Amino acid sequence: MEFVSRTRTKGRTGDIKKVIDDRYPHRLQLYTHPPTDTISLQEFEELAVERLKVLKAVETVGITHQKGTSKYTELLEKEISATKLKDSILRTKTGQPEKEVENRQRDHVSHFILRLAYCRSEDLRRWFLAQELDLFRFRFQMEDAASKAQFLTANNLKYKPVSKDERSYVTKQLDGLDYISNQDDLEFYKVPFTEALDLVRNRKVFLQSGYAYVPQEDLVSILLSLYRTQLSQALSITSRALPSMEEDGRLLPMLCGLSKRYLGQDYGVRQHNVGVVTADMIEMLSKKSFPLCMQNIHAALKQNHHLRHGSRLQYGLFLKGIGLSLDEAMKFFRTEFTKSMDVDTFDKKYSYGIRYNYGKEGKKTDYTPFGCMKIIMNNPPAAGDSHDTLIQRFLKQRISTFGLPKEGVDVIMKYTKGGHCQVACAKFFELTHGISDSSSEVEMFIQHPNQYFENSQKLLNGPAKPPSTPRGVKIVSSQTGTPKSSGSETSIKSEPADTADPMMTFSEEELQALDDEML
Amino acid sequence: PKHYFSHREFSFTLKDDVYIRYQSFSDQQDFEKELQKKCPYKIDIGAVYSHRPKDHKTVKSTAFQAQEKELVFDIDMTDYDDVRSCCSGADICSKCWPLMVMAVKILDRALREDFGFQNLLWVYSGRRGIHCWVCDESARMLSPQGRSAIAEYLTLVKGGENQIRKVNLPDKLHPSIRHALEIIDHHFLDYIVKKQDLLDSEEKWKNIIALVPAENILLAYLSEDFSGKLGKDTRSRWKILLARLEEAAKKDMIKGHVEAEIKLQLCYPRLDINVSKGINHLLKSPFCIHPKTGRVCVPMDPKTIDDFDPFAVPTISGLLEELNKVEPGEKDNEGKKLKDYKRTSLGPYVQTFEAFLRGLESSRKGRLIEQSDLKMEF
Repeated sequence: MEFVSRTRTKGRTGDIKKVIDDRYPHRLQLYTHPPTDTISLQEFEELAVERLKVLKAVETVGITHQKGTSKYTELLEKEISATKLKDSILRTKTGQPEKEVENRQRDHVSHFILRLAYCRSEDLRRWFLAQELDLFRFRFQMEDAASKAQFLTANNLKYKPVSKDERSYVTKQLDGLDYISNQDDLEFYKVPFTEALDLVRNRKVFLQSGYAYVPQEDLVSILLSLYRTQLSQALSITSRALPSMEEDGRLLPMLCGLSKRYLGQDYGVRQHNVGVVTADMIEMLSKKSFPLCMQNIHAALKQNHHLRHGSRLQYGLFLKGIGLSLDEAMKFFRTEFTKSMDVDTFDKKYSYGIRYNYGKEGKKTDYTPFGCMKIIMNNPPAAGDSHDTLIQRFLKQRISTFGLPKEGVDVIMKYTKGGHCQVACAKFFELTHGISDSSSEVEMFIQHPNQYFENSQKLLNGPAKPPSTPRGVKIVSSQTGTPKSSGSETSIKSEPADTADPMMTFSEEELQALDDEML
Repeated sequence: PKHYFSHREFSFTLKDDVYIRYQSFSDQQDFEKELQKKCPYKIDIGAVYSHRPKDHKTVKSTAFQAQEKELVFDIDMTDYDDVRSCCSGADICSKCWPLMVMAVKILDRALREDFGFQNLLWVYSGRRGIHCWVCDESARMLSPQGRSAIAEYLTLVKGGENQIRKVNLPDKLHPSIRHALEIIDHHFLDYIVKKQDLLDSEEKWKNIIALVPAENILLAYLSEDFSGKLGKDTRSRWKILLARLEEAAKKDMIKGHVEAEIKLQLCYPRLDINVSKGINHLLKSPFCIHPKTGRVCVPMDPKTIDDFDPFAVPTISGLLEELNKVEPGEKDNEGKKLKDYKRTSLGPYVQTFEAFLRGLESSRKGRLIEQSDLKMEF
């Protein structure tokens, strides 16, 4: 990492130590001061993406496991170790001081970059705040008592323990009838109740005259309260300052796209499996290997012999991603649609759209299938659409038709109700494919419908067969290996659909108009 | 400089349920004038904003912010319908009113002793509930998170229609819960026996039995016990229930605090958390007239809450009559001419209010602009 900072040019151990003492006295920090270093654009982006991966891991592990348990800790450590920020976030055997400074700088800088990216809207701010807090809690609880105390000093937090008398009084109040005297080796910190809101909310702390008596073990709660207030304010300030930021257009677009970033595999059409799937295979495949969102669209298509624009796009691109060629796609859709219209209408109104998906019309961009984030955020269904809303995806009735165990269904419903449909989808995958929780094949959450499909096929059929398509279609192979569990082999690609959107919107309108005519 | 009054939001409910927000006034005169002009049926008080609420459209939306507001609580008797058998919906009677008495005592203690608040105004809402206004400066400056934390601290009864057992206590009881139970115990027997007669008939007692953990064979015994010889009235049946619970606890058949959970589900305050959470939530002003009952929303003194009778609260028609009969010229203790309204039955309530105001003033932060005279002009 090429951090160009004034102190670093001196380069000697003694001065490095000074940097540590001045700027990063502790491995953890509350990010009160923005960094003043200079880094390259590439590093800027890399740090942002890596920290985003860390935060996403924090989010996912927090959904599937209870925070604070050993399983949670283990899993989160594992996920973070797969990112490039692992030395900055996790405890490392402190080697050279220079390495340590660098680690802390990366932590520092990456946090502030993401602040820029996530301050723009209420939802983004809320998400960022929640994950950063969980991350801090996770890291703080890993420190030993001495380190925790040092953190307080380093941050000028003057939480003093109460006197012995007060301590006995408080313990007496807390224990009531169960009070055993002289058992007061527990330290308490007296803070205004506003600084310990989480403890107050859950009645986990003794209150008197507006003060909370916080036991040592709950100290992190006060810190989180403090951190939350500070970060929340900082985010608001940043978001108000953002419009007037002097920027030459290199940072903002990247930052804005970050939250929608698909961080995993690119399922572009240039895959070795083009032509492997034919129209008549779709029915069978849908039951075995399609994620629920696509199954629903397929079912709607079979039932209504029609799909509205948004569904056609989502489903069409997905099918392309699993290996359906343009000819087969045309055949598939024509067969279905002409059950409720004549061939001419189909050719006139819908065939254009299908060719469009394969880059044969309009701007001739070969669009990539939508990832989950894009589907969830950009394409909310209107009445009459068959691609799903978050909850619909996992309607209990639908799932129960698969004959899954009750506890599994309950877990899926729990995730769905919490709005975590990607995790619910992963769980659904687990259950329908009969694999257990601890298997290494299991993904934490599904990021892309085609990922679901490929994983499913891999499990059912073994690894992808060497290219030998029965249709004689030319194989274009530029895939860099099969996708593994998220985090290890990720290529950073933003979906071309982002830049293609303006084009899409135009023809969307066109097609939409045709749609409306139709119904 | 504090533009407390001019930046305070009021809302009016006019004839035909027309509701207008973001009303604000420059001073008492301005307020009086508008009141006389518009004759609102109901007046709500909101937050103090960064700008005059009536000008809010001229300010950029991100700049127009609520800056402070009293911490408020709203308790509505309707939320107790599942545990009271005498009334339901908007009705109240002397049999269920003790629930409000207990609520005032429990919340008043917690707000003062646990949170250190001192300037509390309790108000009868005119029909089926009570409000509490916490006016300390620290309360007014609370963030929404702070407000919701306090409201959650004060919430023990959770769950909707489908949740039968709504109180779940941990093994170790927090001091505030113990204090609440002490207060409830003071009223409990009288309440369930004399007022509600809760175990009077099978129809009534099956709801109480349902609160005992279902895994228990106790349930089977209880029904028999209650119908049997020893269970002749509510009082004896309650004793039987306690005895059975104790028995089960000794045999390790139940864990925790079932008796406490039952008492809390029957009596602990149920507040509307949404009223307390928001910094810009509007709440009905004290001294309004309730349109359905004609009663004045009068302040209540928590120290004498046992004696408060919601049915003896002055009504607008009653007051108008009294005002007509009042003789002019009477003087008060200090020799000043007594305002007419103080010589009506509203007098004592105004005194409660003024004591509250003095408290606020002595905290050096009071600027509550409740002009009770004005309400008398309707």
